Amino acid sequence: MQTLLDIRNLSKRFGPIVAVDDVSFQVARGEVVGFLGPNAAGKTTTMRMVAGYLPPGDGSVAVCGHDVVRDAHAAQARIGYMPEGAPSYGDMSALSLLRFVTRIRGLSAADRKRRIDEVIDRLHLEGVLHRPVETLSKGFKRRVGLAAAIVHDPDVLILDEPTDGLDPNQKYEVRNLLQEIAGNKAIIISTHILEEVEAICSRAIIIARGQVVADALPDELQARAPGHNAVYLSVAADREAAARSAVEAVEGVARIDALSGNQQSARFLAVPTDQRDILDAVRKAVANDGIEIQEIRLERGRLDDIFRELTKAA
Amino acid sequence: MRVIGAITARELSAYFASPLAYVFIVIFLALSGGLTFHVGGFIERGQADLEPFFQFHPWLYLFLIPAVGMRLWAEERKTGTVEFLMTLPVSAAEAVVGKFLAAWLFAGIALVCTAPIWITVNVLGQPDNGVIFAAYLGSWLMAGGFLVISACISALTANQVIAFVGAVAMCFIFMMSGVDFVQSAFRGWVPPMLLSTIADLSLLGNFTALSQGVIDLRNVVYFLSLIGIGLVINTAVVELKKGA
Repeated sequence: MQTLLDIRNLSKRFGPIVAVDDVSFQVARGEVVGFLGPNAAGKTTTMRMVAGYLPPGDGSVAVCGHDVVRDAHAAQARIGYMPEGAPSYGDMSALSLLRFVTRIRGLSAADRKRRIDEVIDRLHLEGVLHRPVETLSKGFKRRVGLAAAIVHDPDVLILDEPTDGLDPNQKYEVRNLLQEIAGNKAIIISTHILEEVEAICSRAIIIARGQVVADALPDELQARAPGHNAVYLSVAADREAAARSAVEAVEGVARIDALSGNQQSARFLAVPTDQRDILDAVRKAVANDGIEIQEIRLERGRLDDIFRELTKAA
Repeated sequence: MRVIGAITARELSAYFASPLAYVFIVIFLALSGGLTFHVGGFIERGQADLEPFFQFHPWLYLFLIPAVGMRLWAEERKTGTVEFLMTLPVSAAEAVVGKFLAAWLFAGIALVCTAPIWITVNVLGQPDNGVIFAAYLGSWLMAGGFLVISACISALTANQVIAFVGAVAMCFIFMMSGVDFVQSAFRGWVPPMLLSTIADLSLLGNFTALSQGVIDLRNVVYFLSLIGIGLVINTAVVELKKGA
């Protein structure tokens, strides 16, 4: 795969504070990278350096082979960047904003018209084209910001918290849009919403205190979570003790965590040693004892848990 | 040039998208008209010239031009759009020049709106229109000088009120540098030669010559270099603030 974004040993300090510390990674065409980290981990600073807003303190960033410092305009021409909160000129209408951006970016008259029509269509901006951006709802403002970031069809798309503060429907729409356009671009989205990573990212990079602490597929991260491959089991409340002893006898079960139940059901989580697969064994053991299973399922492991483990203060 | 043109067009339309442009023009016309007739004694003097009109321009500009310039950068910083703008393929110099040109053109539009007084003086008598033209040119150049100072101060802060007050103070120093009040602040610790140089840098002094109809190259060069140097400083400040 073609590498579109190449970040090497990137660092940045603000006075005594090290915001970004020796970050390196590459993003290829077709990848959607979820850039995760707690607040103040260095996500925004990293993205600003990639977008050419902040000069790198140390290290280098190349966009499609163009260094963001030495060859800033060529790099910026291939990047679409939406800063946090999608700031845009409130007094302008969505249409004039898009015209302004395409004019600055030097698109030909024919391309301008075609591209603007395309993003208007794609982001459903038809109804708000002539209204000043400051009068639009948050969801529409975000869409206008996204439209401005993708209107020149960039190879690399950098979005700083694109879904932050949107309602669930709007989040869903933004995610769908990103999936639609993902195919031929390299996309980085920063977020601290972990479900977003599962929903749209092909890769997750977690940073904490300015350093990359994980760079893996979302599935691999889940596999590293403490609860990966645990078995969730729900049985009738009066069979609780029987079920518990049946599960305890299964080989490979390290411990059983009681979960909150109600009057009808008792719920457990059977955690295996070494994340081995115990689903079938547990199901058979319980069924063999004649206990009716209300619900049984395999836990994939929670990204939240691995996120917390990787990013907690050392 | 394409980029500068796009930024200038955007900024200029931003003035007219808000009430600022109309408020500014109305106040400028009302004040300049009022001062010309009531304080300057335009009619009573019985002379066919616009001196009573132009003599108040430095004082009007002292407060009105910082009001035009204060938003140029402070507003962008406040709303975060500076990050949007500076991550487009735009250099800081292009953005600085584009914004300055928009504000300067706007000041020019306000100045053009005073044309009725030029017509009036031609109806009432036979003025030397060359002198008036020179004075208009001088007034516009002076507006550029005030503007570039305001733009620099605006780039230093995200607060428009601070940008305005700072710009008024700075413009006052530049305007009055030939006057004893400002000179005394430098006297004693600055070599006498530099003292007279500071006096020569006065906006007021350079404008007075132009407003009397003398298009002296030195005065024109003064204003243009003030603008040029101001733009260079403005660019440096924008670059510097970008990294912080």
